[in-house]
Amino acid sequence: MALSAVAPKQAAARPQSAQIAFSNVTLILGGKPIVEDLSLAVKPGEFLCVVGASGCGKTTALRLAAALYQPTSGLVQFDGQAMTAPRRDIAIVFQDYGKALLPWRTAAGNVSLALEATGIPAAQRAGRIDALLKKVGLPNHAGKYPAEMSGGMQQRLQIARCLAQDPKALLMDEPFGALDAMTRQGLQDEVLSLVAASSTTVIFVTHDLEEAIYLGDRVIGLLPNPGRIGIELPIDLPRPRDQLTTRENPEFLRLRRELFDFIKASEA
Amino acid sequence: MMADRVKALALPVSLLLIFEIWARSVHLHSDSLAPPSAIVVALWSALADGAILTATRDTLLSAFAGLFLGGSIGLALGILLGLLQPVDRLMEVTIEAIRPIPSIALLPIALIALGFGYRMEIAIVGFACVWPVLILTRAAVREVEPRLMEVSHALRLSPADRVRKIVVPAALPRIFVAFRLAAGIALIVAVTVEIAINPIGLGAAIMAAQQGLQADLMLAYLFWIGLIGFGLNAGLNLMQARLFGRAALVRDDA
Repeated sequence: MALSAVAPKQAAARPQSAQIAFSNVTLILGGKPIVEDLSLAVKPGEFLCVVGASGCGKTTALRLAAALYQPTSGLVQFDGQAMTAPRRDIAIVFQDYGKALLPWRTAAGNVSLALEATGIPAAQRAGRIDALLKKVGLPNHAGKYPAEMSGGMQQRLQIARCLAQDPKALLMDEPFGALDAMTRQGLQDEVLSLVAASSTTVIFVTHDLEEAIYLGDRVIGLLPNPGRIGIELPIDLPRPRDQLTTRENPEFLRLRRELFDFIKASEA
Repeated sequence: MMADRVKALALPVSLLLIFEIWARSVHLHSDSLAPPSAIVVALWSALADGAILTATRDTLLSAFAGLFLGGSIGLALGILLGLLQPVDRLMEVTIEAIRPIPSIALLPIALIALGFGYRMEIAIVGFACVWPVLILTRAAVREVEPRLMEVSHALRLSPADRVRKIVVPAALPRIFVAFRLAAGIALIVAVTVEIAINPIGLGAAIMAAQQGLQADLMLAYLFWIGLIGFGLNAGLNLMQARLFGRAALVRDDA
């Protein structure tokens, strides 16, 4: 009796401690359920990775978290408040950096856009821009246009623009999917150290299972048609993580196997 | 490159030469034709007494004022309708009903309302310029990269900032094309209004030459109007390449 009385209270208390909370979220687009009855809580400072077969609604879930989509039913909350419109303290890093950057603005100008939106006075912008570009490893490229930069540099620039929002949460949609392996590993480590320094909450969508395990505190795997949670794996690998030792860790390999089997089963 | 240009000039130059020889050999006296040499002389004297320059000023003033007026209206409406689909649907029938009216058909009304002179001509040129700018701007705005619109939403830009910082710069290369097109139309309509009724500018001057049976002067004006149109288009093309060379590069890249 005592137990059953306590259990619902805990369930009600859980979304409040969460920074990002999905409660029974369903999204129907064009008569087709894309995401169904999705419940999810992301703690402040947590690094959550989302994987799944293509078309499982992982990007959609991210857009719901950013309030770029509104759920058909259910509730998305951020810090206990319902997400009815995008917020500036939630930054979203798109996969297609080439389309998300303003081609007519320089690197500095692209970062400036976020500062302008936040209402930072013009006099303070230059200093902030320099600091942000330095933070993402582009200190000498302020005057370059996106078209003059490599893919990795463009994605760094987009991350700099997102950091300019001074976000509490960073939503990343397959941010490194289009980059080569070496660039990707470098950026993974940079994101980890940027996030560790600022205790930002991250939801990171990827189709790369190893990347998910390498980065995350927790990995969830979505099942397709309609999108719903199929597996949830806490990742207890030690931090800071290292491209060689972490990936050779037996626990890493076990998690990789488990996740791989899940994806294979979900595609079958 | 140079050799190609010389070759391209060979045909028109030799045709003019043949025409000159023929006109001289038959001692041409005509109300509609004159030998090229006479046209050059007429053009020179019209330039020297300033008549052609005054007329050019009047025509270009009307054309550009109309382009500015109509272009501004078309630009504002195009951005509005491109961004707000419901408003677009609301206005669609009205626009499609007014748009096909040939601008010259408004001459009688404009004449009663505004009388002879610049104002009437500017109004008609303006009417003609609204539509290409509106239609092309609307299309350009609709095709702004959706990801950029999402970025503007995620950053919570105000509607004014969204237009100023995202939509207009993204659509600018195509908006410029719309204005280039409208500039050509503006010149055509301005000269047409002058030929039809308005007693100013190059159109009126070419009519005066025709009625005075000065075939050489008439053809000199015709040549000059062609030159103005060519210069206008070449100037705008050059401007486009200068302004949007980089943007065009980005587009090809993406």
